[in-house]
Amino acid sequence: MLLKRIIPCLDVDRGRVVKGTNFVDIRDAGDPVELASRYDREGADELVFLDITATHEKRDTMVELARRCAEELFVPFTIGGGISDVDHVRALLAAGADKVSLNSAPLRDPALISSCAERFGSQCVVLAIDAKRVPGEGEPRWEAYVNGGRLPTGRDAVEWAVEAVGRGAGEVLLTSMDRDGTKDGYDLELTAAVSSAVNVPVIASGGAGSLEHLAEVILSAGADAVLAASIFHFGEFTIHGAKDYLYTRGIPVRL
Amino acid sequence: MIYILDYGSGNLRSVQKAFEAVDVVAEVGADPARARSADGLVLPGVGAFGHAMAELAGRGLVDLIEERIRAGVPFLGVCLGLQLLFEESEESPGVQGLGIVPGRVTRLPDRVKVPHMGWNQIEIMQDSPLLDGVPDHSAFYFVHGFVGVPTFPAYVLTTTDYDDLTFVSSIQRENVAAFQFHPEKSSELGLKLYRNFARWVYGRER
Repeated sequence: MLLKRIIPCLDVDRGRVVKGTNFVDIRDAGDPVELASRYDREGADELVFLDITATHEKRDTMVELARRCAEELFVPFTIGGGISDVDHVRALLAAGADKVSLNSAPLRDPALISSCAERFGSQCVVLAIDAKRVPGEGEPRWEAYVNGGRLPTGRDAVEWAVEAVGRGAGEVLLTSMDRDGTKDGYDLELTAAVSSAVNVPVIASGGAGSLEHLAEVILSAGADAVLAASIFHFGEFTIHGAKDYLYTRGIPVRL
Repeated sequence: MIYILDYGSGNLRSVQKAFEAVDVVAEVGADPARARSADGLVLPGVGAFGHAMAELAGRGLVDLIEERIRAGVPFLGVCLGLQLLFEESEESPGVQGLGIVPGRVTRLPDRVKVPHMGWNQIEIMQDSPLLDGVPDHSAFYFVHGFVGVPTFPAYVLTTTDYDDLTFVSSIQRENVAAFQFHPEKSSELGLKLYRNFARWVYGRER
């Protein structure tokens, strides 16, 4: 049976982990590769690196990160953050990344998804959506944002997910901007809306504050994987602990 | 020395470093002479069946693989490397595979999500030194759209359930073994498989 995944996410700026961590037993808590390697040993099923570097060396630092991760990690990993063309995708995959995640660029140029899927296969193209609830009565709706959640696009997040999957995205990394950083739990309605609309795996992101949150988004919203940062970085929970909990809730995981 | 056959099929470094992680020397290359002197051969790979066979043939590796397998050299196929051991594949009609294992490669049926991607479990169908210390139902990382269907159940090492489908996830015929999943992306248990392969190659004393 295909297992549900737990995916720690690391934000990286100029090659360093942005949000600090309070692990005391690793040499350099700011080194993304060392931290990721620890998560690998702890049972993380995959890792996601989100590069938020804003300098013009960004492209090179991302490729270098992919190369270093490929040397140290024995689980699949995804790199995303400001990837805007096929050549950059090719460089990251050649450096050893298993998947890349695309966010802003395909909203401006949706054909980028098809170009990447045709050249490299859908399995390595992850569509990242930053979605924010549209205020109002009636059926809930969400709008897709770009540029790190700063710029609204007018696109309906669910419709965009459907279009992107139709163009060849192999997976959707779905972040609720409303919940991100709140620890109030994932946006279950958003996750359910997208996971029932597409036939590829959906990774729920934004809002994890407890292990129950991980379980509920899988059990009641159809998420195939859960992404979390702070609950793991700050040592509140270990990956093993989270998996044990999910297992007791009847969720198939790799123990 | 263990030799990882490079036929231009993507990143083989991940397989090489998995051997490094278990203190086994593995070289990557496409030199038939070097491959002929190897104690064990590994055929990894991603991509299309027909293209891979053409690349192998172009490098003189098809005959070499057959020769070394006949000579009894331990041989490990990974992912596409498993599929290439069969006689043919629906992915590339008309292209002959290595034909080491009777049977063919078929496309995953439409009723399941293709590619099959993620962590899934193996059901161990028979004992093998390659699976030493690997518990039944262990999880490994898969990414594939095609599966090998051996004619003879005797060559089935493990199976895997995917929705209502059961497919063959690893095979072994004498000195030839192969995994449909990626041990090099399957964390500690995956590394154990490479360690087991090295032990198989060099004998238990080493």
